[in-house]
Amino acid sequence: MSIMVAENETTEATIDRAAQVWARLQPVTDPELDESVTDLGFVTRVDVDDVGGVEIGFRLPTYWCAANFAFLMADDMRRAVGGLSWVTYVTVRLDEHMYADEINRGIGAGLSFKATFGDAANGELEEVRRIFLVKAFQRRQEALLTYLLGHGYEAAVLVRLRMAELAGLGGDAESRRLVERYQERRSVVGGHVDQAAHADHVAFVDSEGASLDAAGLPSYLRALRRVGVNAEFNGALCRGLLAARYGDGCAPQVESKPIHFVRSHGSDPNGVKQ
Amino acid sequence: MYRTTDGEEIFIIDGHVHFWDGSKANVKNVHGQQFIDCFYAYHSNLSPKEYLWPKEKFDKYGAQAMYDDLFVTGYDDMAICQPTYLTDFYKNGFNTTESNYEMKQAHPERFIVNGAFDPRDGEAGLDYLDELSEKYKIKGVKLYTAEWRGDSKGYKLSDPSMLKYFERCEKLGIKNIHVHKGPTILPLNRDAFDVADVDDAATSFQNLNFIVEHCGLPRLDDFCWIATQETNVYGGLAVVLPFIHTRPEYFAHVISELLFWIGEDKILYGSDYGIWSPKWLIEKFMAFELPEAVSKETGVQLSLTAKKKILGLNAARLYDVDIEAQKKVLSGARQTVAA
Repeated sequence: MSIMVAENETTEATIDRAAQVWARLQPVTDPELDESVTDLGFVTRVDVDDVGGVEIGFRLPTYWCAANFAFLMADDMRRAVGGLSWVTYVTVRLDEHMYADEINRGIGAGLSFKATFGDAANGELEEVRRIFLVKAFQRRQEALLTYLLGHGYEAAVLVRLRMAELAGLGGDAESRRLVERYQERRSVVGGHVDQAAHADHVAFVDSEGASLDAAGLPSYLRALRRVGVNAEFNGALCRGLLAARYGDGCAPQVESKPIHFVRSHGSDPNGVKQ
Repeated sequence: MYRTTDGEEIFIIDGHVHFWDGSKANVKNVHGQQFIDCFYAYHSNLSPKEYLWPKEKFDKYGAQAMYDDLFVTGYDDMAICQPTYLTDFYKNGFNTTESNYEMKQAHPERFIVNGAFDPRDGEAGLDYLDELSEKYKIKGVKLYTAEWRGDSKGYKLSDPSMLKYFERCEKLGIKNIHVHKGPTILPLNRDAFDVADVDDAATSFQNLNFIVEHCGLPRLDDFCWIATQETNVYGGLAVVLPFIHTRPEYFAHVISELLFWIGEDKILYGSDYGIWSPKWLIEKFMAFELPEAVSKETGVQLSLTAKKKILGLNAARLYDVDIEAQKKVLSGARQTVAA
């Protein structure tokens, strides 16, 4: 398949379009790791042709990475890029994976997961997607609450905080980053609400949507902590396996200290805030 | 045997070793090649540089290298062979009970050999389990739930077909069920690493011990939760422990979570040999101290007592090893005593 066009004037436009595609791919996450597929080094190339066709090179740390997550990422990439007005079709080229053929064919044809895998799947991916969105919600919440408690906020105040108040907290760059990350996943719990009603919602609820108890907050956070530790450990393993498979320097260098990865960058090498 | 600087002897039972053949001659198809290549990626990603093996050794290291790496240069006193058959990927299987038993025949005092079964084998599988029990007197099995078998891409411990197998294990005195989860179970839309089926099985079969290899990774969070609620669920440290070298801070967080949730009596050391070697794993583990900030946060310690339990006492309890008696047996056979 001819991917790149040769003419100079169109080359410039193609480069700009490729940049647009990369920007669209950045927010697509690996559902297990809750990290960007581009930061993880899973996207190897973006090729754009002169009729609006996009091909995305995609790779994973092992041949055996779970098929459903591989499909989810590919499908999310296809949707994200398909949202660009000039895009006519999107193909994803997953490399060296046990289900590469099925996934590449399914994504190229715009098929659902079930249609792609036929008898090997008895449903779509909503349930597994939700399980990992809830974990991302928990991890981001734990990171934010721990940060705020460490910066002098009272538990009794935090458990009553509204979404609008959370947005207006201010604070340093790190706290704003943690607030943003949490806001992105807050709607996972409690269903979709319109913006005005959302602002009045309690900011911090458990995964069932129930409000939190100030006295029980430390043990609640203690229990949530294992979700983040697991995700960060997996993230380190996946990065390492990707590097072992494709060579060092195959992915962007990310400063990733455990716990700090979502709490703060640098500072304490043991990963626990003072 | 590992001796501390104070001269204390620590008896080490390696809960997870393999005697595999991943050589080109044995590989059946692309999946077999990708399987051994994936293992090698784990090896090269997490091993210290001076312990990196050439791929040729890794593919097929042979009996002598295994004995030396575990017991001569390594600190293991005994090792438990955990088979991984993979007969759809390898002509003679990858790492079978039969091949593991060659090691035990040569060094009966060193090895405990586990069997394996596959619930998809039906009645014939039950007969095979009987045969393994009779021939090799197995006290444990290793289950690899992601093993491909024809069109099937794995099974779950909660599958109805498992019932007869667990009942047969109880009857035969095979009380240790080692479980390695994921990643290709059907239907593909479900989480391939989900550990909830271990919970179901452990509740139904209270007389069996369920040792979840790799501590349920990549679902360590869910595994911790299950293990706190079930008295018969244990965690095997393979894959977790090697992080002690390249990423000690990650190891610190994970081991502190494990100590907090499941406790020092239910964690088992395993090298996952030939992926990693006992020599450096044990040296680093014995030297390791939890950073104060981590132990302050979780309220747990990785004490010498905890280390001794993890390295040998817990496995000895599960496999009925009388350590003092075993020390006497080994003292005749031991070639080198580690300093």
